[in-house]
Amino acid sequence: MTEISRDLLLHVAHLARLELRDDELARLEVQLNDILAAVSKVAELDLSDIPATSHPLDVVNVMGEDEPRPCLSVEEALANAPERDGDFFKVPPGGGAT
Amino acid sequence: MIDTLRLTAEAAKGLLDRKEVSGDELFAAYLAAIGERDPELHCYLHVCDSSAGDGIPVAVKDVIGTKGIPTTAGSKILEGYVPVYDSTVVSNLRRHGLRILGKTNTDEFAMGSSTENSAYGPTHNPWDPSRVPGGSGGGSAAAVSAGLAPWALGSDTGGSIKQPSALCGNVGLRPTYGTVSRYGVVAFASSLDQVGPVAKTVRDCAFLYSVIAGRDPCDSTTVDAPEVVLPQGEDLEGVRVGLPRELNEHAAIDAGVRASVEHAIELLRQLGAAVGECSLPRSVDFGLPCYYLVAPAEASSNLARYDGVRYGYRSPNAVDRLEMYKHTRDEGFGDEPKRRILIGTYALSAGYYDAYYGQAQKVRTVIAREHAEAFERFDVLVTPTSPTVAFELGGKTADPLAMYACDLLTIPSCMAGLPGLNVPCGLSEGLPVGLQLIGPQFAENTLFRVGHALEQAIGFDFVPERLR
Repeated sequence: MTEISRDLLLHVAHLARLELRDDELARLEVQLNDILAAVSKVAELDLSDIPATSHPLDVVNVMGEDEPRPCLSVEEALANAPERDGDFFKVPPGGGAT
Repeated sequence: MIDTLRLTAEAAKGLLDRKEVSGDELFAAYLAAIGERDPELHCYLHVCDSSAGDGIPVAVKDVIGTKGIPTTAGSKILEGYVPVYDSTVVSNLRRHGLRILGKTNTDEFAMGSSTENSAYGPTHNPWDPSRVPGGSGGGSAAAVSAGLAPWALGSDTGGSIKQPSALCGNVGLRPTYGTVSRYGVVAFASSLDQVGPVAKTVRDCAFLYSVIAGRDPCDSTTVDAPEVVLPQGEDLEGVRVGLPRELNEHAAIDAGVRASVEHAIELLRQLGAAVGECSLPRSVDFGLPCYYLVAPAEASSNLARYDGVRYGYRSPNAVDRLEMYKHTRDEGFGDEPKRRILIGTYALSAGYYDAYYGQAQKVRTVIAREHAEAFERFDVLVTPTSPTVAFELGGKTADPLAMYACDLLTIPSCMAGLPGLNVPCGLSEGLPVGLQLIGPQFAENTLFRVGHALEQAIGFDFVPERLR
């Protein structure tokens, strides 16, 4: 199985929107490779004929009428905002966040 | 004088019904016990000075949302977060008049087996404060054990109710997946997460389960659960008990734990149960790797919401939005969530998905089928809950894989969505040993019946020796 190189770790961290400090990178690189080696055991089984389980119960869609119900007020929704501007959450400007 | 160390919720209800104590006196007795013992044990992250209702007090794990009461999930990234709505399980507690004592400590985002991953410091085991209470729900288990709550809610993804209950000597139920609402509960791994009760006795555990179980229109993964029958019989005639070899004979199980569980199995025979061996050949060896792919993958998705925009911590050290996300998450999350987010993101990323997450989901099918096969011959399976008794604080924190192995015996049935009940079965090295009862889906009443009969036969004293 693939090892997680420093470059791959930085790429995955970017995908996960984590800015890792240098001291964290060194520690995590070792730990993550240890964990990956342990979980790679799942590859030992030949499961080509076995279906995947995404959910432990046989669930069915739950349908409901499209009825308006009370919901949070704007004040409640904004109550925990780190920063707000009127009725909006305020965030720093863009900067390649896509 | 109310002895909160000995008082069961059922006995507390008796005191209230006969008007021997008032709801306020009862609540005050628990606050006094918390004031006396929690500075040493650190079970609570937040204590409520007062609480609405006239019934029995209850503690709530801090991953469960409580309107107007801080909810941190043990993480710095949710420091200061105060929910503006109640989770459905907490609404159910309140509707029954149960009074919330406070929020109990947990590994950050319920990720851990010792409560040492809490950003707010560890909880200590009431039986020996130099040892861990288990995790992630160590706060709830230790609070019940130390008389700081008559009962509590926990949450269980791969053993976070059952394992701390084992290490603290109380009764804990991980219910069948889908029987208890997760609405308003901080999500970790959504195909596994379940809320459940922690109590001093099986009857208390069963009653608290009946309060929270049932379909919830706010959580479309919930289903109707069978009506709870409070157990009272003490014989087990006709009950078929299976002993999965791989979970009872694993090399990681300490001799003292094995001896205690074997004694309990002998009692099951004496109570009339038909005990036989069975096998779950791949569920143990492949259960742990399967879990540590599925749970981190789902966690990496669930924890994407902590971005510093709408609630929780926001890093002040950023000039643009991308930096804000990255710094917020680096500074707000501790090591364990970061490890799981990274492993999960990797396992779900293009080129690796089939080999890791896809394969793990197939292993999950294998585990579910092995259990289903065992339940064709048996009504309930019995194993140790934890391979060891409570270990020393700091003993496993440097080695994530050693910590993960604590859940070796609880994880397989969780992967299959099965209910599991921890029942204390004795002491080893002066510390509690827990026995795990596993049933088919929706067989909680069977677990309660077997657990109650066993509890009566064992006569375990749930008050920690050093506090008697």
